[in-house]
Amino acid sequence: MKLDRVLQYSQAYNFYRWVFRRHGPEPGVVFLTQRRVYILPTRHGLSFGVALILMLIGSINYNLSLGYVLTFLLAGLGVVSILHTFRNLVHLYVSAGRVSPVFAGDIAHFQIAFENTGDFERHSLDLACGTAKARFDVPAHRHCTVELTLKTEKRGWMPLERVTVDTRFPLGLMRAWSYVQPDMRALVYPRPDTAALPVPEADSETGDAVSTGVGTDDFAGLRPYQASDSPRHVAWKASARSEILLTKLFAGRASSEAWFEWDKLPPGMPLEARLSRLTRWVMLAEERGLRYGLKLPGTTLPLGEGFTHRERCLRELALFHG
Amino acid sequence: MADAKAQEALPALPLTLLVVGSALTVASHTLWLPVWFSIAAGTLLSWRAVLAMRGSPLPPRWLLVVLTLATAIGVYISYSTILGRDAGVTLLVMLLFLKLLETRAPRDVFVVAFLVYFVALANFFYSQSIPIAGLMLLTVTVATTALVGFSAPRRSLTEDLKTAGRMLAQAGPVMLLLFFLFPRVQGPLWGLPQDAYTGVTGLSETMSPGTISALSLSDAIAFRVKFEGETPPRSQLYWRGPVMTDFDGRTWRVGPPQLLRETGNDTYGAPIGYEVTLEPHNRSWMFALEMPVGIPQNARMTRDYLPISLTPIRSRTRYEMRSSPQFQARNGANPRDLAAALRLPPGVDPRARALAGEWRQSVPDDTVIVQRAIDFFRGNRFEYSLEPPKLGEHSVDEFLFDTRQGFCEHFASSFVFLMRAAGVPARVVTGYQGGDTNPVDGYMVVRQADAHAWAEVWLDSRGWTRVDPTAAAVPVRVELGITAAAPLGAPLLMRDGLDWLKGLRNNWDALTNQWNQWVLGYNPERQLEMLSRLGMKQPSWETMTLMLFWSVGGVLLLVALSLLRGMRREDAVQRAWLRFCGKLARAGLARASTEGPLDYARRVSLGLPASETAVRAITALYVEQRYGPAADRESLSRLKHLVRAFAP
Repeated sequence: MKLDRVLQYSQAYNFYRWVFRRHGPEPGVVFLTQRRVYILPTRHGLSFGVALILMLIGSINYNLSLGYVLTFLLAGLGVVSILHTFRNLVHLYVSAGRVSPVFAGDIAHFQIAFENTGDFERHSLDLACGTAKARFDVPAHRHCTVELTLKTEKRGWMPLERVTVDTRFPLGLMRAWSYVQPDMRALVYPRPDTAALPVPEADSETGDAVSTGVGTDDFAGLRPYQASDSPRHVAWKASARSEILLTKLFAGRASSEAWFEWDKLPPGMPLEARLSRLTRWVMLAEERGLRYGLKLPGTTLPLGEGFTHRERCLRELALFHG
Repeated sequence: MADAKAQEALPALPLTLLVVGSALTVASHTLWLPVWFSIAAGTLLSWRAVLAMRGSPLPPRWLLVVLTLATAIGVYISYSTILGRDAGVTLLVMLLFLKLLETRAPRDVFVVAFLVYFVALANFFYSQSIPIAGLMLLTVTVATTALVGFSAPRRSLTEDLKTAGRMLAQAGPVMLLLFFLFPRVQGPLWGLPQDAYTGVTGLSETMSPGTISALSLSDAIAFRVKFEGETPPRSQLYWRGPVMTDFDGRTWRVGPPQLLRETGNDTYGAPIGYEVTLEPHNRSWMFALEMPVGIPQNARMTRDYLPISLTPIRSRTRYEMRSSPQFQARNGANPRDLAAALRLPPGVDPRARALAGEWRQSVPDDTVIVQRAIDFFRGNRFEYSLEPPKLGEHSVDEFLFDTRQGFCEHFASSFVFLMRAAGVPARVVTGYQGGDTNPVDGYMVVRQADAHAWAEVWLDSRGWTRVDPTAAAVPVRVELGITAAAPLGAPLLMRDGLDWLKGLRNNWDALTNQWNQWVLGYNPERQLEMLSRLGMKQPSWETMTLMLFWSVGGVLLLVALSLLRGMRREDAVQRAWLRFCGKLARAGLARASTEGPLDYARRVSLGLPASETAVRAITALYVEQRYGPAADRESLSRLKHLVRAFAP
């Protein structure tokens, strides 16, 4: 066997590869092979070793045969615990799960899925990424999803950094760990402006194009309810007589439509503040059941409403590049 | 962050286990710990147990400091030192209990667990018997279960116990290999505290009325003997111990040891070979049958014909010895020795002197005088008693003429006195007489209760000659042993009439002997002996280390294989599937990384309509075993078979 082939199977080689090479996210299911699970004694494990040496010296000095027995039994226990700790982590499948979009400054919940195909339960595994920590167990032949909660700061994509999975089970004398970087990122929307500005009206400060008319909807008819319809537009009375939910349709675009335009914001306003303002308006408009559109430099999102439309607008704002 | 972590309550169940473990590890220490300490320790422990079960807050730190100081002072008052072995162990126990009252963070838990292990080790200073070993195994199991419980707090006690038990079982072979192959060094590595060997019973350098009768209450084992040939008759079983020449009217003392230089004048009969396993007695005497002929290499013979070891015997020691029951020990005929064997303290025991003077005047021959004295003991209704009346200033006179009740030391002492007063050189020999053969393993067991004292007189024709005045006065003592001579005084289990109990004890003794020979007596010599029996000539510590390394490695490999066995089967499913995908990839239908197995199968079926059935069957089996509930072996072998046969 060639030397490099041997080296490839050594943990040290893998460890250095991990340390010195920048690793990108790993798509799909990651299998924790023996080669990517590292193990070293914990601080308590080292103290345990020192205690054993003291016990051995005591046994030699006082010729305590049973002292030897006890010391060697504990030494065996320590060595066996290496195998148990290693087994508790190795051959685990790790994959990226869901992560919902959040507003900047909020907490993103990264879900990471673990699968245990072994015949035994994995106990007390710790998942950590920065300050986020989670502890979980994976029963035999089961999946489980673990959530890492990370505080977001900036809008845009927030990739999940390299996470550490580790375990000290069963004695706490050894720590086995592995690094995984699941391919997942959270979409972070701009933080909505907190200023209680009203949604721009057609004839207020921004002049023409934006026209709203909250109180003056013209009822135009009914159509079957769709998931994206705002609950406030459900025709409850009509629905009660029908077998399906019905949504009221409104005519009169002048009274219920709004355009949110980048260019209509005050000229000196910084970029992030503009995005925050627009985000705020999108949220408010959706809340009030308006039809709204978004005009950004280079992009225009046509009038629309509902959850999907809002998400599209927010995504555009989140990923906007000046 | 760190504070928040420390505040987090430790799980109650493992904490309770830790308290139980501490109680177990200290339990046998209470046999020797000062009573006040045991009570204090018990109180602290119950207090801690209540706190653990209720989840109540721990006592404030200042209280613990006060308690620590108070106990340290108490230890100092009890032992007048805080160094030394006993005081040290007491402090260790105290440390354990106080730390137990301070277990706030996981770190403290480990400290307590390690202290439990330490105190368990300290138990072996006092006893290394089988029950103590069992108790310590239990302790280690409980402490280990507690550690498991702390690292996986949500599990049940049985599960933790199972994990700990399995780990200990796997650690067992490693322990055995280390025990037998770890290169042994004979301790001590440095000086031991002075109190390291207190509390061992046995004969001492002095003998006064009551010394040996006190010993005879103990059925502790003095030594075990394995004879090469036939066991000699009981009346020949005189195990020679310290020989006492100096007498002050009450107490006999051994003189300074002098080594025997010339042996030319001695003559011996056919020798008997045997092996003695001597319990530690913290003296250098090595007991042997009268008279020792061949002594072990590391022993020396004194002029009193007593083999001594070069260092005090502080661990169980095995040695081979040869003795000859027929002997004429003529050494020591130099005038100084004989003069010392005639010296008497002035002014005491006038009546005994008068009697001896009478004998001397009537017959000039020493042999006849000895016979006169024996007749005196035989004819005057002496009684053998473990609780003889107290004797005053003229102890020999009072015993010989008034009380006439005594134990062997009274007989030996007064006989030698009479001899010296009559001008016959004489001295007292202490040792053991008798011994019981254990029918279970054939070892003869000699107990402290067999301790005996007899006399030796110098006769020009025969040299030093043994005379046992006890045998003359109370023949049963020598013919049948102490149990027959003083039935109610002997230790319970040595009395007659309790055969079933004796049978039990014989079995237990045989087991203990094996334990002593193989576990406790496993020292550097025995290790070499065992390794050379395995075919290694002159094993060095390097070869031992190498052997240890490979054998422990082998054991660990087996353990690892058995641990990882549960994962194999699942991988086999994946392996079969990957093999299937590989075959298809070679046929130009590689699976896209984002494609699920069912989508892939659909695409493949369209591309390869001829093998659609096989593809569907394989995919269905794969999906069932990969994602379904627990799969069985049959479907795995079917999957493997189908994949093997599959040819796109």
